[in-house]
Amino acid sequence: MSGGSFWYMGGYARYVWPCVGFACVVLAWNLWSARRHLAAAKVRAARALAMAASEAR
Amino acid sequence: MWTWFYKLASPPYVYGVAAALMPWFLGLAVLTIGYGLIAGLGFAPPDYQQGDAFRIIYVHVPSAWMSEFIYTTMALAGGIALIWRIKVGHAVAAASAPIGASLTLLALVTGSMWGKPMWGTYWAWDPRLTSELILLFLYVGVMSLRSAFEDPARGDRAAALLAVVGAVNVPIIHYSVVWWNSLHQGATVAKLGKPSIAGSMLWPLLSMFVGFMLFYGAVLCLRLQGEVLNRERQSAWVREAIKS
Amino acid sequence: MTVGAWEAFWLIVRREMRLSFRRPEQLLQPLVFFLIVTTLFPLGLSLQLSLLRDIAPGVLWVAALLSALLSLDFLFKSDADDGTLEQLALSGHGLTVIVAAKTLAHWLVTGLALVLVSPIVGTALGIPVDAFATMLVSLALGTLTLSWLGAIGAGLTIGLRRGNVLLSLIVLPLAMPLLIFGAGATDRAVSGTNAAGALYLLAALCVFTCTLAPFAAAAALRITLE
Repeated sequence: MSGGSFWYMGGYARYVWPCVGFACVVLAWNLWSARRHLAAAKVRAARALAMAASEAR
Repeated sequence: MWTWFYKLASPPYVYGVAAALMPWFLGLAVLTIGYGLIAGLGFAPPDYQQGDAFRIIYVHVPSAWMSEFIYTTMALAGGIALIWRIKVGHAVAAASAPIGASLTLLALVTGSMWGKPMWGTYWAWDPRLTSELILLFLYVGVMSLRSAFEDPARGDRAAALLAVVGAVNVPIIHYSVVWWNSLHQGATVAKLGKPSIAGSMLWPLLSMFVGFMLFYGAVLCLRLQGEVLNRERQSAWVREAIKS
Repeated sequence: MTVGAWEAFWLIVRREMRLSFRRPEQLLQPLVFFLIVTTLFPLGLSLQLSLLRDIAPGVLWVAALLSALLSLDFLFKSDADDGTLEQLALSGHGLTVIVAAKTLAHWLVTGLALVLVSPIVGTALGIPVDAFATMLVSLALGTLTLSWLGAIGAGLTIGLRRGNVLLSLIVLPLAMPLLIFGAGATDRAVSGTNAAGALYLLAALCVFTCTLAPFAAAAALRITLE
C-alpha cells in the first residue's frame, strides 16, 4: 500500500483509526493501572510491616 | 510434577514467578501485536466486500475472544479458590476482572465502529454485540460484589461464586441471544463473522490473538503481584519481596 | 424426634407463607409496583391499544422482572436480621433444603400473584385473549426461574450497603435469557405464530435453574453467614 492510501483506508479511515487508537488507549490503560495497583500494594504492605514492627516493640 | 502444582498455590512462589515472567510476556506481546498491526493495517490486501473497513477485525476479534477467555479464567480461578480454599485463585480472579472488562469494552466499541460502515448503524442488536454487552454487565457485577464487602476474604468468595454462576450462564446467554436475533434478522445476516480469509490476512490476525494473550499474561503478572501482596500483607516473605 | 428432609421442607414452606400473610404489605408492594410500571409505558408512549400490543409482551416481562427484584428483598432479609437464618443453618437440615423451601414459598406469594394478575395487565396493554394461555405459562415459568436466580443474588448480598442496587446489577444480566424466551413466547402468541418452541426453551431454562440454583444459593448463604 502506498503512504497516502494507508492513512486513507479506502475511505474508512474515520472508523478504522479510532478503533486502533482506542485499542492503544485500552492496552496502555491496562499497563498503567496495573503498575499503579502494584505500587499502591507495595506501599500498603510496607506500612503494615512498619506498624507490626512498632507494635512488637 | 505435582510439586509444581503445590507451588502454584504458594503466594510467595507465585509472586516471584509473576515478577520474573512479566517482562518476557510484555516484550513478546509488543512484538506480536506490533507485527499484527503493521501487517494487518498496512500489508494485508483489502477485503473485496468490506474494503479496508475489515481491518477493524485485527482489533475487534482478538479483544472479543480475550474478553471471553478472561472471564472463563476468572471463573475457573475463583471456583478453584472456593473449592480447595486456595487464596492465590482469588488473587488471579481479582487481577483478571478489570483486564477482561476493559477488553470487553474494547470489543464493544470496535464492534460498534465496524457496524457503521457495514450495517449503517453504530449499534445493532446483533447476537455478538448483545452477548458482549451482557458479558460486560457480568464483569461489572463481579467487580462490584467483590468491593462491596468489608471483609475482603468474604468478598473474594462471594465474587468467585458469582463468577462461576455467571460462567454457567454464558453459553445460555449466548444461545438465547442468537435465537432471539435470528427472529429479527432479515437480509442483514452478520457479516461480522469471519470473512473468507486469505493467508496474508490470516497471519496478522493470528499474531494479534497471540499478542493479546501475551499481553493479558503480562498485565496479569503485574496485577497478580499487587493482589497477592494485598492478601498476604502480614506475611514474613513480603518484607523481602517489596524491597525490589 | 427428628424431622426428615421432606418434612422440614414443607414445614418451612408453610412457615414462610404464614409469615408472609401476616405482613400483607410484603405481598402487595411488588404487585402494586408491577401495576404501576406497566402503566408507565402507555403513559410514556401514548400509543393506541392496537400499537401497544406490539410492545406489550416486552413491557409485561420487564415489569415482572423489576417487581420480582423488588420482592427479593423479603426473601432472606427479615430472617437474617433477627438471627433466624443462622438458626436454620445450624438446624442440621442442610442449607439447600432450607433455601429451596424459602424460595418456593417466596415464589408462591410473589411470582404466582404476578401471574394471576397478569390477565388484567395484559388486557390493559392490548394482549389478545387467545394469547393469555401462553402468557400465563411463560410468566409462571419465568417468575419461578427468577425467584431462583434472585435467591442466589439475595444470598450473596444480604446485609450489604446498597445491597438492593447490587442485587439488581447481579441478577438482571443473568435474567436476560429468561426475558428473551419469555417475552419471545408471549410475542409469538400475540402475533399468532406457534410459541411452543420458545415455551420449551423457557421450561428447559426453568428446570435447569431449579435444579442447580438451590446449591448455588445455599453456597451463597454459607459465604455470607459464616
